[in-house]
Amino acid sequence: MNKVTFPHMGESFRAFKMLLNDMGNEVILPPRPTLNTINLGVQYAPEFACFPLKILMGTYLEAIQKGANILVTTGGVGPCRAGLYAELHKKILHDLGHPIEMIVFEPPRLYPLNFIRNVYKLNHAKLSIKAIIERIKKGWRKLQALDNAEKLTHIIRPRELKKGTTTQKYKQVLEWIDDANTFNDIIEAETVALEELHKIPQEPDRLVVKVGIVGEIYVLLEPTANLEIEETLGNLGVEVERSMFLTGWARDNTWKETVEGMTVKDAALPYLPELIGGHGRDSIGNTVLYAKRKFDGIIQLAPFTCIPEIVARTILPAVSKDYDIPVLTFFLDEQTGKAGMNTRLEAFVDLMKRKKLKNNTKPQYGHPPGHLFN
Amino acid sequence: MQAYLGIDVGSVSTNLIIQDQAGEIIASLYLRTMGRPVETIQAGLEQIAQALPEQIQICGVGTTGSGRYLAGVMVGADVIKNEITAHAVASSHFIPEVQTILEIGGQDSKIIILRDGIVTDFAMNTVCAAGTGSFLDQQASRLGIPITEFGCLALKSTNPVRIAGRCTVFAESDMIHKQQMGHPVPDIINGLCEALVRNYLNNIGKGKEILAPVAFQGGVAANAGIKAAFERSLGIEIIVPSHYDVMGAIGAAMLAKEELVGTQQTTGFKGFSIAGLTYHTKSFDCQGCANNCEIAQIFEEDRVIGRWGARCSRWDILQEG
Repeated sequence: MNKVTFPHMGESFRAFKMLLNDMGNEVILPPRPTLNTINLGVQYAPEFACFPLKILMGTYLEAIQKGANILVTTGGVGPCRAGLYAELHKKILHDLGHPIEMIVFEPPRLYPLNFIRNVYKLNHAKLSIKAIIERIKKGWRKLQALDNAEKLTHIIRPRELKKGTTTQKYKQVLEWIDDANTFNDIIEAETVALEELHKIPQEPDRLVVKVGIVGEIYVLLEPTANLEIEETLGNLGVEVERSMFLTGWARDNTWKETVEGMTVKDAALPYLPELIGGHGRDSIGNTVLYAKRKFDGIIQLAPFTCIPEIVARTILPAVSKDYDIPVLTFFLDEQTGKAGMNTRLEAFVDLMKRKKLKNNTKPQYGHPPGHLFN
Repeated sequence: MQAYLGIDVGSVSTNLIIQDQAGEIIASLYLRTMGRPVETIQAGLEQIAQALPEQIQICGVGTTGSGRYLAGVMVGADVIKNEITAHAVASSHFIPEVQTILEIGGQDSKIIILRDGIVTDFAMNTVCAAGTGSFLDQQASRLGIPITEFGCLALKSTNPVRIAGRCTVFAESDMIHKQQMGHPVPDIINGLCEALVRNYLNNIGKGKEILAPVAFQGGVAANAGIKAAFERSLGIEIIVPSHYDVMGAIGAAMLAKEELVGTQQTTGFKGFSIAGLTYHTKSFDCQGCANNCEIAQIFEEDRVIGRWGARCSRWDILQEG
């Protein structure tokens, strides 16, 4: 019997699980990455490979222990080495004596045959083409529902009256979306989920700063890889907007909200006219767009040794200066400590709040900090 | 008279200060943490209480430094703040037009950029503690020179010696190499000061616009050799504020005052008498998920007053009760 697994990225596993089940596969859920996953990955991955390779290595090994024998993942084009990771994982796993099959999806527009062949391999239920398209659409809708719920938590968490309510409620609504298996049920679950999140008691007058998160996709989407930075920031009174979601939802909005209707590529153009692989150009373009939308700060997240993000990192000080927006960068790997990260985040939030209070003509609470001592 | 208490618990030193309403420093204390923050905080509270005039009443407490949470729950702090904000606030109190703060402490070093009194950028050392106070301490004791005289010796150097400064291990081997070639100690120490400054500016200071006035604070600011090396390298006069070694604690006290004035609340300070209580820490592995976080619990007598080490909010303590 084929037992299928795939990389763990945030809550997206809920949609992939449904799609693969619909197509007649037994799914071994990729476990949420933990310290154990990371240790396992680090043990079998090359030391200078980037963090996503290590976490995925650990995830695959844990899923194999649970019985998985088919791994579904994505490839990639362009100069970023992550495009080769599927092959590398396969070689390492075969060397370790796990005779797994690896199904690698390349971008369908460039490699349509690869896409059709892979779908055929996973189509155990012998669904018609029409039925497959319908199932993919449904899976996509579930991904959108999950993204919409997460997006809303980013807005509500910094304003919640009682710390921890949003995280608790979010866990609950995720299960509702998870349980919905028809197109209509998904839409209904999403509606109820968003309503429930909106009901969380909030403090409307609280000083909330807005931060845009840019960087490499895996460390952006998998909270374990970024030490749950979005939750941490929410608890510090920061509304976060992440530049990347699997459904691309935020990016579409970003285009509309800027006055010029700029794309990320256009925005990055004056600083970086080339595609440098990974999401380097997106990091710069999104920083420009967030600055134009009057965000208070930018956080760049990147795996340690990630070349595209290192290039972006060296360009970002220029963007920061031109648009007068503070940028904080974190390079993440298994050595990153949460205490050091928290100290920097707290300082960064203080920086933004003080700047905002100073720029506001009417103070939002009490005395504006600083005036006592100047 | 009303006053504010600031406590900065760092890796190497624990500092306490008392500041009056007008911003004057009434008492200050610089103690070595010696790896025992709880005992050091208690000893510090006892000593500073004795140094205070009778009529002083503490109406606000702030803590900072890597031990800020521990200190915070012990004393009942009104504000628990990161070191960067604390240093920036204190520095702009003494030098209102300051634009750059160089801070080198025991285990970390940072640069803070301010414009118009507001922090606009900062950086902290990430992967390596090369060039911080601990390393200077270690080298001073290897050479048998008291750390207090270390910097002044560098000023006596007449012949520059170049020391590799990227990593403390290489720096030490290089110092030994130069010493075995017969270079006098002042030249080697001066070379070390220049190497540390080079390392600092290339790593932490990379891409930052360093404009005057520049303040230099933290324990290492006592080192005249490092200060001189910064001045040579930047071509700017470096100001070392008179309370350079306790600036973090001063910032914490000022932030406590700001917070309490802003929110109109009264202090949660438990009083100097906590110096007589017993504190101990116990830890356990949480079995809630596969992360197996090691949760540390600090007890005041038999009561849990703080927990940390968790990646989720499961073990958070309710502040009431």
